[in-house]
Amino acid sequence: MALTREQLAQRVAQEFQDGYYVNLGIGIPTLAANYIPDDMQVMLQSENGLLGMGPFPLDEEVDADLVNAGKQTVTMVKGASLFCSAQSFAMIRGGHVDLTVLGAFEVDCQGNIASYMIPGKLIKGMGGAMDLVAGADNIIVTMTHASKSGQSKLLSQCTLPLTGKNCIKRVLTDLALMDIEGGKFILRERAPGVSVDEIINLTSGDLRVPDYVPEMSV
Amino acid sequence: MSGFDKVVTSYEEALDGLEDNMTIIAGGFGLCGIPENLIKEIKRKGTKGLTIASNNAGVDGKGLGLLLEDKQIKKMIASYVGENALFEAQMMSGELEVELTPQGTLAEKMRAGGAGIPAFYTATGYGTPVGEGKEVREFNGRHYILEEALSGDFAIAKAWKADRYGNLMFRKTARNFNPMAITAGKISVVEVEEIVEVGQLDPDEIHLPGIYVNRLIQGTFEKTIEQRTVRKA
Repeated sequence: MALTREQLAQRVAQEFQDGYYVNLGIGIPTLAANYIPDDMQVMLQSENGLLGMGPFPLDEEVDADLVNAGKQTVTMVKGASLFCSAQSFAMIRGGHVDLTVLGAFEVDCQGNIASYMIPGKLIKGMGGAMDLVAGADNIIVTMTHASKSGQSKLLSQCTLPLTGKNCIKRVLTDLALMDIEGGKFILRERAPGVSVDEIINLTSGDLRVPDYVPEMSV
Repeated sequence: MSGFDKVVTSYEEALDGLEDNMTIIAGGFGLCGIPENLIKEIKRKGTKGLTIASNNAGVDGKGLGLLLEDKQIKKMIASYVGENALFEAQMMSGELEVELTPQGTLAEKMRAGGAGIPAFYTATGYGTPVGEGKEVREFNGRHYILEEALSGDFAIAKAWKADRYGNLMFRKTARNFNPMAITAGKISVVEVEEIVEVGQLDPDEIHLPGIYVNRLIQGTFEKTIEQRTVRKA
């Protein structure tokens, strides 16, 4: 079975390590914050100027001056800090954030990512995504493996305008966890109950399949 | 003699000298920390042909969205312009020019503009539509594009607290683009929630020194929340 949104978030959370500073994009990545293990300290970076983002506020705690990158009201954890946007992107661009998780429309086996613009459709802008993919060494892209009509989103070459070039090394889809190395996708894990053949069929870019591909534990 | 006293008492005075076709650098992220009363004053003045650099373009009827109603903005430099139907309509019809700029690059362009740095190299946007036509240079095996600094005839911004000299403190994530925007204006106008007497702010706790501020005004703020998200007790 393909992973649910919650299971994707759970698998993302398995990449967290104690003491990590993490930037989570809007959508599934944000859900991963719900699965930080109790015995681990992870600090969430919000690119509008907050390190140490907490959960949504209680009704009486809502503060218009405290929002996340999706403009949602949030709280701060103990030990949080606040700063301006230039400082925020200095920590992103400068490679100080340990892990970045974000969504995409397409990824290809050269590590290119397209996530902000579909020509002919409404252009809303890239926000901080281009800075995040250019600045982070450790990035996980979360996405569905194929479109609703069954078109692969893991390509030999992205068809949409790029958000970043040669910068993605790990992709988590609803079917598989893959690394990108030497111009190939490498199948590392498969979703429980999903066959290797199914993944091969829905991966359009070059794919290397090791002899043993374990099921994810989610 | 006003010396270092930056306080003005009317919004009209705060934006005196703002003329058609000028460039404005604006602080704020979404509707958080926006100079909402200064924007309203620009609407009242009816200044047209403006180029505005701001992370976002407001929403319908709020923030910079207000200036779209009478087509006062000619060009918008922003990283994200969603959630605004009027913006979309004017962009699609070609009435409004849009230069999409990555968020971190936009922040750095403002910072550079205020810091006397004409341009800088960044990896952000290399190999993407943002990098098209820009100078590329390789440092230590990696490609970077040259991005030019941004500065404006005016900067408009919002801070939390100030002393009369324009020394500023911001509050929580309402800081965002405001400090850099202020440094990048020839005339920088800041509205705040509270103005205190000189000496009442601890110099160690000032986020931006008053040297960057030309005019300071105390206002009252709506502080509209875009996405009110709460958890249950």
